[in-house]
Amino acid sequence: MSLTDKDKATVKALWAKIQKSADAIGADALYRLFTVYPQSKIYFSHWSDLGPNSSSVKAHGKKVMGGVALAVSKIDDLTRGLLELSEQHAFQLRVDPANFKLLSHCILVVIATMYPQDLSPEVHVCLDKFLANLALALSERYR
Amino acid sequence: MVEWTDKERAIITGIFSKLDYDDVGPKALCRCLIVYPWTQRYFGAFGNLYNAEAIKSNQKIADHGKTVLHGLDRALKNMDNIKETYADLSVLHSEKLHVDPDNFKLLGDCLTIVVAAKMGSAFTAETQAAFQKFLAVVVSALGRQYH
Repeated sequence: MSLTDKDKATVKALWAKIQKSADAIGADALYRLFTVYPQSKIYFSHWSDLGPNSSSVKAHGKKVMGGVALAVSKIDDLTRGLLELSEQHAFQLRVDPANFKLLSHCILVVIATMYPQDLSPEVHVCLDKFLANLALALSERYR
Repeated sequence: MVEWTDKERAIITGIFSKLDYDDVGPKALCRCLIVYPWTQRYFGAFGNLYNAEAIKSNQKIADHGKTVLHGLDRALKNMDNIKETYADLSVLHSEKLHVDPDNFKLLGDCLTIVVAAKMGSAFTAETQAAFQKFLAVVVSALGRQYH
């Protein structure tokens, strides 16, 4: 399910609109991940505070959305563009790739709450494909 | 047996009490057919599903969306017995409709997005967790009679 030119254009247009809220989106999505899928918290057992106002959660949400921004800029070759991040996730973080899907869903939910008029079904399918391809690129170096 | 906290029950009944079924049902089903196009396989007799516009203006799809959403009312009224409540519907989806049970989760995800868009900031993380737990229980019950 690779990205068509239309998918890429749609994602870029949406990103241009929402990127000013990227930090807030990231923090909210991460907190939702922990709340809706508590098993995801195991990767953050070293944090004392996993609450919605936690500075760790906010900082990490910002970092994650930085990765999404990178992916948007490398949308024509996600595998190559995210190679370093993939190695980090594969060899250091060793996050089970199933979690990428869960976070992607949370990101979509946050965008739906914040930009309901902008996440039409036509835009949703493009963004869903993009996040799926992002997750795939992130999993590239796993094995 | 699924355990529901009082908070979860309140959240879930709260969501449905404010829900515009005639709007949300069609929107959720349309979104599912557009975002996961392979789900269109079950709607061959529903007419033109050729593109997003056609799907969104298809009256049969809209009516069916309402039917499906009202189907969730059964779970709402029998939250402590969802498994048994959906036994018949599970057989129907398996034996007659031949729906791949993975698709239930896809529709559930689309419904979550539609509800999130409607509720905005009121769709908190806690609300999302309760709603998704409810949908997961329904999805599991619907898939139970497959063999």
